[in-house]
Amino acid sequence: MSSRLRVEMIVNGEPAEAFVEPRTSLADCLRHHLRLTGTHVGCEMGACGACLVMQDDVVSHACLTLAVQAGGSRIETVEGLSERGALADLQAAFHERNALQCGFCTSGMLMTAHELLRREPLPSRERIRDALSGNYCRCTGYEAIVDAIETTARRRASAQAPA
Amino acid sequence: MNAPLSPLDRPNSYIGKALPRPNAKRLLAGRGRYVDDIQLPRMLHLAFARSPYAHARIVGVDAEAAAHMPGVRRIAVGAELAKLCAPWVGTLLHFKGMKSPPQYPLALQRVFWVGHPVVAVLADTRAQAEDAAEAVRIDFEPLAPLCGMDEARAGDAQILHDGFTDNLAFRTTLENGAVETAFAAAAEVVEVDLVFGRHTPATLEPRSLIADFEPGERALTVHHATQTPYQFQDVYARHFGLDESRVRVIAGDIGGSFGMKLHVYPEDMATVAMSLLTGRPVKYIADRGESFLNDIHLRDHRVRAALAVSREGAFLGMKVVDDTAIGAFSAYPRTSAVEGNQVVRLMGAPYRLTHYRGELNVIFQSKTQTSQYRGVGHPIACAATERLVDLAAARLGIDPLEIRRRNYVTQDMYPHTTATGYRFERLSLEACLDKLHRLMDYPALRAEQGALRARGVHRGIGIATYVEITNPSPAFYGVGGAHISAQDGCVLKVTPSGEIQCAISVTEQGQGTETIIGQIVADRLGVERERVRVLTGDTETTPHGGATWACRGAGIGGETALQAARKLRDNILGIAGAILQLEAAELDIENGEIVDRIGRARRLSLGELAALVYFRSDTLPPGVQGELTVAQHFAPKGFPFAFTNGVHASLVEVDVETGFIKLLKHWVVEDCGRIINPLLVDEQIRGGVVQGLGAALFEECLYDDQGQLLNGSLADYLVPMACETPDIVIGHVETPTRDTELGAKGCGEAGTSAASGAVLNAVNDALAAKGASISQIPMTPERVLRALGVV
Repeated sequence: MSSRLRVEMIVNGEPAEAFVEPRTSLADCLRHHLRLTGTHVGCEMGACGACLVMQDDVVSHACLTLAVQAGGSRIETVEGLSERGALADLQAAFHERNALQCGFCTSGMLMTAHELLRREPLPSRERIRDALSGNYCRCTGYEAIVDAIETTARRRASAQAPA
Repeated sequence: MNAPLSPLDRPNSYIGKALPRPNAKRLLAGRGRYVDDIQLPRMLHLAFARSPYAHARIVGVDAEAAAHMPGVRRIAVGAELAKLCAPWVGTLLHFKGMKSPPQYPLALQRVFWVGHPVVAVLADTRAQAEDAAEAVRIDFEPLAPLCGMDEARAGDAQILHDGFTDNLAFRTTLENGAVETAFAAAAEVVEVDLVFGRHTPATLEPRSLIADFEPGERALTVHHATQTPYQFQDVYARHFGLDESRVRVIAGDIGGSFGMKLHVYPEDMATVAMSLLTGRPVKYIADRGESFLNDIHLRDHRVRAALAVSREGAFLGMKVVDDTAIGAFSAYPRTSAVEGNQVVRLMGAPYRLTHYRGELNVIFQSKTQTSQYRGVGHPIACAATERLVDLAAARLGIDPLEIRRRNYVTQDMYPHTTATGYRFERLSLEACLDKLHRLMDYPALRAEQGALRARGVHRGIGIATYVEITNPSPAFYGVGGAHISAQDGCVLKVTPSGEIQCAISVTEQGQGTETIIGQIVADRLGVERERVRVLTGDTETTPHGGATWACRGAGIGGETALQAARKLRDNILGIAGAILQLEAAELDIENGEIVDRIGRARRLSLGELAALVYFRSDTLPPGVQGELTVAQHFAPKGFPFAFTNGVHASLVEVDVETGFIKLLKHWVVEDCGRIINPLLVDEQIRGGVVQGLGAALFEECLYDDQGQLLNGSLADYLVPMACETPDIVIGHVETPTRDTELGAKGCGEAGTSAASGAVLNAVNDALAAKGASISQIPMTPERVLRALGVV
């Protein structure tokens, strides 16, 4: 298991390469090889959502993806999405509403919210709760997260509304 | 509502304001620094070969093949690490007769639960360490496990631990008044036999630590995901024979703890021991499977209780027997007896009740240890008490809110001592119930419930009142001989540019400790909140203190910060007065400027004053020493605990065909004394409620009769998800404690304490129409259908 393979990806808009064992997950590759520690590992089986990243513009479990499978793909993590401002309004709403406590689930929550609002600009609270059902949070009880996503959706809608 | 501590509209009045957390922005950008994010030079990774049996004898260990696997640096068995680490025993002196065997970093002759670590393997990567751990051959002789509570107490039961004569870690009885006389005089007696499932914290970040031993100075640094770094500094120093001053524990960002990460685990000690053996940094991050098997579990109680009532619904007496199974060992250093002890002491607490008998049996078995976790006994005592209250109400035909109102401890009774000896300074039970009644529009909900029932929809409304222990004095642990501090310390420093650094011993796990401490310091000092930087979680840079447990951060840590700020303010005004040739009492601080108390004219800024003190002390008047750093400690001295109170209500709908329960809404009216930050209090309540909802409906560690955990993954073990949790409405009543100037009590456990009891009552309210009842949580669909006689 120790022979290493070279993996090339575009990570947060920049070319990245890593030498990984075939069994190395994308999450471990991002965290330990590329030092992008904003992506977290909670359950290692795709249940908790802490490891979610964008892979070719689709939200994806980095713990269920092997790094070698991700070769040639475009990966965006919370670091990259933050840097290019794609999450700025969501992050502001999460901050105002205190929609995080320990912060361990937060990157995954932001990924789910980011994708949800791209597909459904004005989801109902029930729809938001449904979309978050693959993201576990043990601190907040979810309501503040639902509020923050709902607030962001409304703000985006009113910003786009004709004057 | 009491008057605020200071007018909310004056400059720098931050106490009572809903402010977001400054440190949350960093977490939102993915810039947290949890232990697993840290990579140290030459760091090795630890994995364990563990017991697959709940009880077995270790016949032999063959690690020869494993030692030659790629990347393996060191393999150790129990006897080697036992030489480095003094064993630990999870008992407290004030629990008379309590016993538990010594524990070691790795199992010695026998293993006592599935997952018990036996061999430690150190390698260059975690994957290599796991590969080698799998290649370690351990020859076990399986022994019969002890799995059930009744089985452990049977006359012919095997005795799990050598030298003990039974399987009881602790047993106690409490008696007050004349219980049998009270029961004999009762018009009615209602009884419950309730089972509370064993569950597990499942923090999203697993237990994590890096031990880094530097042999030259015999200095140990541990990056440890824990609530209580000072406790671990003491534990590591004492058990490894190190100088305490050279042991540094750093608790950076923590991914959820809730009580789980303050207990000492074998893996913690093994990680430190392996760093001592190798002189290199050693990282251990539990994987999810290890977390399920080895993190403390919680609850696992059977409560049999009876309540005697008069025809008018007055509570006359209560009898309680709590059996709780704690696993093979009592946890260290807080023991596994505290939860049960609080159950028998908190039963009936909100009510006028004199005649009481409680019995507690704390039982060993072949499972993972249980110990203190958010709520510690409160959810059990609350649910059992409140179920009895509802049964009494139903028996007598009294409304559930009314029977509570008739029996609450009332305003004319404070200070009040309960039948079990707890002393209440002042609660607000009636005010909370009245507020809840309005908040939920109780009459309308009852009317709707009736109308829907006629259409075959089974809704239930459940009420649960709680009383919660916060701000503990040394009565909890210190008197029992544990090195667990009930006081806190704070150091405040003015920087040369006039900003404030605050180093304090209460710690942050996301609940907002740093935020509220910053609010208090800024408010009391008279500076902008942004100019106060709060540092926590490092034993080398902060004073010694209790840190975070038992809802003490705001009440004790907050008061420490308040007193420190007052001391620094006095120093600042003293120096300023000397410079300005005025009395200190003629001056004030506002927005970081020293101003005239009358007229508010600006005199000089804090930065100008600090620059004089630090860089031009030659210009200060003779005799003036510029003390711009102060240290303050504070320990609670009045009542042994600051009790909080509140009441929950739950609205559920039960599908009587499938057994599924839908949580429709939840209300909480709580009184945590002075509220420092309402935004953070509300979110503590909500998060706590959802943990209680998990206990009520979803969470349970399922074992087979051989002690094997059957649902040890996050796909099999159910935690509440966003789609299942209801919106939670919160109201407040504020009764500040007079034991401190700040007046704050705790709020972190109030949500968990009563949520499961409220849902239990709500489901039973729904089932009552079908003549059914349920007395076990979690209330799974199968159990609901069994209660209904469908299956």
